[in-house]
Amino acid sequence: MSVRLEASSLCVGYGERLVVDTLDLSIVGGTVTAVIGPNGCGKSTLLRALGRLLPARSGAVLLDGKQIDRMPTREVAQVLGLLPQAPSAPEGLTVADLVARGRHPHQAWYRQWSSDDAAAVSAAMEMTGISDLADRTVDELSGGQRQRAWISMALAQGTDLLLLDEPTTYLDLAHQIDVLDLVQELHSSMGRTVVMVLHDLNLAARYADVVVAMRDGRIVAQGAPSEVLTESMLLDVFGLDARVVEDPVSGTPLVVPVGSRHRVP
Amino acid sequence: MTALRVGATSFKLRRRPLVMVAVALVLLAVVLVVDIMIGDFPLTASQVVDTLLGGGTRRDQFVVMELRMPRALTGLLVGGALGLSGAIFQAIVRNPLASPDILGVTWGAGAGAVSVITFAGSLGVVTGGAASIGLPLAGLAGGLVAGLLVYALAWRQGIEGFRMVLVGIGITAVAGNFTHYLLTVGDVQDAGRAMVWITGSLNGRGWEHVVPVALALVVLVPVALIGGHVLGALQFGDETSRGLGVRVNLARSLLIVVAIVLASVATAAAGPIAFVALATPQIALRLAGTAQPPLFGSVVVGGVLVMLSDLVARTVYRLELPVGVVTAVLGAPYLMYLLVRSRREARV
Repeated sequence: MSVRLEASSLCVGYGERLVVDTLDLSIVGGTVTAVIGPNGCGKSTLLRALGRLLPARSGAVLLDGKQIDRMPTREVAQVLGLLPQAPSAPEGLTVADLVARGRHPHQAWYRQWSSDDAAAVSAAMEMTGISDLADRTVDELSGGQRQRAWISMALAQGTDLLLLDEPTTYLDLAHQIDVLDLVQELHSSMGRTVVMVLHDLNLAARYADVVVAMRDGRIVAQGAPSEVLTESMLLDVFGLDARVVEDPVSGTPLVVPVGSRHRVP
Repeated sequence: MTALRVGATSFKLRRRPLVMVAVALVLLAVVLVVDIMIGDFPLTASQVVDTLLGGGTRRDQFVVMELRMPRALTGLLVGGALGLSGAIFQAIVRNPLASPDILGVTWGAGAGAVSVITFAGSLGVVTGGAASIGLPLAGLAGGLVAGLLVYALAWRQGIEGFRMVLVGIGITAVAGNFTHYLLTVGDVQDAGRAMVWITGSLNGRGWEHVVPVALALVVLVPVALIGGHVLGALQFGDETSRGLGVRVNLARSLLIVVAIVLASVATAAAGPIAFVALATPQIALRLAGTAQPPLFGSVVVGGVLVMLSDLVARTVYRLELPVGVVTAVLGAPYLMYLLVRSRREARV
């Protein structure tokens, strides 16, 4: 098990504000990591810095031991794929064309559609179950279908590492499960390494090997879901009074918030 | 999706865009011949084709090669340059309103060129041959200054389409007012000449107008088509594009410079012909059925559009109208349609 992606004393910020503060994190190859934390704790910023979308103010992000901001962006794109939160596609773009764009890091102006490209795109669409939507336009898809199309694009990129920023936002519960099952499949059958930001703690507990809890730009706890998702952590990180019980289906921690209505004085 | 693969090279082949370009090229040839046929000395189609292939009488040769061909070619090339410029802008800014006319480039080029027209006469600094070389260069300089100013002022950790359009409207106003100031202080005769030029006219265009635009197109069309591959990955948000391994700021800056040069050179040759760069890419996009304006398709459609407009401008009225009047009459309703539509979308 080797470390694929690493943050070392990483500081990232916007303008005056420091959002990620001297943070250390190691992502081991072949694992699924979920980053959790309250709104504004810097989890999306961390993910974007890991994907070299934001520059490090100090410290560094290392991809396979090399400093990511010194690598050619194309070379990075052949190893690391990322799906931003709520990405946008132009009106009228077909699903097949969207997924085909994932091949960009493997192409050149004179090599725009090799047989490898064609094979990777159809395999990616097959895997997410959107092959029959290939000729539809992205704007006419439902939220769940659209998210699967974007994930297909990231898959067609053929990278070992995938960074997903809240891949389940705007999806109903059934579609959230669909998307996370897909992530699970990528991990178990293809050995991909996935880092994702998730809001739903119970889903994070079910689908991640490692949970990283953040508050105020720092990591408060990290480890197996059962070690991290404890009542004291929830109070500390989210300021949430909750019980943690065993998930009857998966055996992972299940967070049950108390709330004022049911609080026993 | 079929593909063309030879050795290590490979391209996607799509039927509809290919058919569209083929049809547009045929139309372009037809309009070119018709454009040359019509005038004070009417010629038949076979006479025109004959003359173009080197035959015909000396009178035909003179009428075709000296009088009508340069004008028609200027229209064709200017239309092509404006179409391509608009297509690049709209693809990069991801907004159908983005075009050199709206973003201030055309009027910047206009201000540069009008400076030469007025100063050439009244101050006697630039005259004759120098003015015909100076005009494209001044247009280019004006367009580059205006375009880069818009890019710099709209820059805020990236480019956002609507902000760029708003800044562009501001720069357009500044450049337009500067141009009118030049007209006011300039010599009456120069101002008259400049006035016709500002409307966008192909009247009296000779080979000296064809050459700069032709050179710009010969160099920049291949550059744009090569860069067009990156344009496909730039059509998403900046983050997605970077994730795909595109050096977003570098690629976008280079492509924008290409688009600015195309629009500026075209404007220097024929004046700011209104709405062509705005409408052409969207027409080409609808005909080709693609999500992004097709680059080569926009070149051809732009050429057809300007030549057809000039044909109309020369023939519908007793007087010869400047081509810019026709494109403005056609283009203004289209701009209104775009504005109404974008407002409706914003509300949803």
